[in-house]
Amino acid sequence: MKAKGRVFKYGDNIDTDVIIPARYLNTSEPKELASHCMEDIDKEFVKKVNPGDIIVAGKNFGCGSSREHAPLSIKTAGVSCVIASTFARIFYRNAINIGLPILECDAAVQGTEAGDEIEIDFNAGIIKNLTKGTAFKSQPFPEFMKKIMAADGLINYIKAKS
Amino acid sequence: MGMTMSQKILAAHTGLDKVVPGQLIEADLDLVLGNDVTTPVAIKEFEKTGKSEVFDKKKVAIVPDHFTPNKDIKAAEQCKMVRLFARDKEIENYFEVGEMGIEHCLIPEKGLAVPGDLIIGADSHTCTYGALGAFSTGVGSTDMAAGMATGKCWFKVPSAIKFVLKGKPTGWVSGKDVILHIIGMIGVDGALYKSMEFMGDGLKYLTMDDRFTIANMAIEAGAKNGIFVVDDITLEYVKEHSVKDFKVFEPDSDAEYDEVYEIDLGTIKPTVAFPHLPENTRTIDEVGDVEIDQVVIGSCTNGRMGDLRVAAEILRGKKVKKGVRCIVFPGTQNIYLQALREGIISDLVEAGAVVSTPTCGPCLGGHMGILAKGERAVSTTNRNFVGRMGHPESEVYLASPAVAAASAITGKITDPASVYSDRK
Repeated sequence: MKAKGRVFKYGDNIDTDVIIPARYLNTSEPKELASHCMEDIDKEFVKKVNPGDIIVAGKNFGCGSSREHAPLSIKTAGVSCVIASTFARIFYRNAINIGLPILECDAAVQGTEAGDEIEIDFNAGIIKNLTKGTAFKSQPFPEFMKKIMAADGLINYIKAKS
Repeated sequence: MGMTMSQKILAAHTGLDKVVPGQLIEADLDLVLGNDVTTPVAIKEFEKTGKSEVFDKKKVAIVPDHFTPNKDIKAAEQCKMVRLFARDKEIENYFEVGEMGIEHCLIPEKGLAVPGDLIIGADSHTCTYGALGAFSTGVGSTDMAAGMATGKCWFKVPSAIKFVLKGKPTGWVSGKDVILHIIGMIGVDGALYKSMEFMGDGLKYLTMDDRFTIANMAIEAGAKNGIFVVDDITLEYVKEHSVKDFKVFEPDSDAEYDEVYEIDLGTIKPTVAFPHLPENTRTIDEVGDVEIDQVVIGSCTNGRMGDLRVAAEILRGKKVKKGVRCIVFPGTQNIYLQALREGIISDLVEAGAVVSTPTCGPCLGGHMGILAKGERAVSTTNRNFVGRMGHPESEVYLASPAVAAASAITGKITDPASVYSDRK
């Protein structure tokens, strides 16, 4: 599995309230949620994001609420992967459970700027910054999580098991 | 090497004698919880599993509390979807408006969380029940769906940080000040992926309400769960509220902790978290002049009886400053009723506060007290992120019920001792 796109870069502690503000949680319709993704921190995001683009952020990405609407809005907006120094734990498991690829790689975060073009080889765990001509290795996922992602999410995984 | 309290509960629910940090396990659940925001997403996922029934009708709880009483048509549709699901699946612990409360106040009150339980909830503040010696953690809607379908959830066994609490809190210092102090110390990712385990002689000075507040905000330090060792105060609460079987777990004497903090509760001062992170804490003497437009007292963090009693004690016979809105949210219908019986509601209303039905309401910028551009609130809630209570350019200052009530009187963030000095 591979991904390729332009980088939207954000800082540390990007919380779920700025990823998708609670005032929009009176719906669970993915497209509607996606239309407000990152609105309170970056009004331009939904206007500029193209399918395949990549969010790169600092530590504790997705902290705060358990709202799965957050990774869902990012995925539906067309983002192919979120790379962060670290993820808040509920966001981490939500992303895996819904099949939004995420990678923890602080070096890639440090070595990437907004607008850079990035290519990711998920099987090899290699993040290439095509703009800068650099490459980084991300932490591999445990086998169990790879199985969930290969099944395209937790529900398909438990269906296949039963 | 022994196990932490959290690890022992996870091991017991996986049928293993021992688990180690980092180990991936699939554990049996005692309770699966959801609300009106997260359950609709979980229902869609549950339906994809093809299951016609939930794993156990007694072990699923659904509490529509976020946008209820329904704030608009879309919220009403979501609540209807949840209500019909609960009816169709014969969910025993579905709580409609009138019997509901803010979920993390309600679940312990109803006796649905007891020591030794393994609980997941599609709400990040599900960690609240760690106050009762349960392993309880927030998850997403897909986890809730899988939990409802199978009664199981996957976990990565966490390592832990130990907090040894000593001494006795003074004056108006409460559980809220303790947890804000800790988050200020370790940061919003200070306990990322880890358990926070609370123990020590100082526990005897912390009421169950204090402990619920502390465990509730473990997530604000990034923790997977916060958990208290069980003592007589816990057992008394459990006896009063629950008929469920329970099991008391203790950390092994040789349990391994990543870090150990000793905290003297006697040295903690009233503490306020400034915008826009709960870690931006200052003690009350360092706050300076911060004028406010709104005061919110309530929520899953501080909407319990002890919190309302403190607010009423300070506001009784006084007036909310003209131009300041003071909004009080009792956590459950029972708490509301008890506050009525104790005269607390009249004290608050006479002081110029408004008292709402239980709802998460303004805490997450849902309804019932949204901030305009540039407005500031002192709030007993749990998050002060950008836009949390309304406009992205509004500000939330997190504090205890005592600080919030005192601030309502003066219109700026205020040390409760300065408006009410009699407290020992």
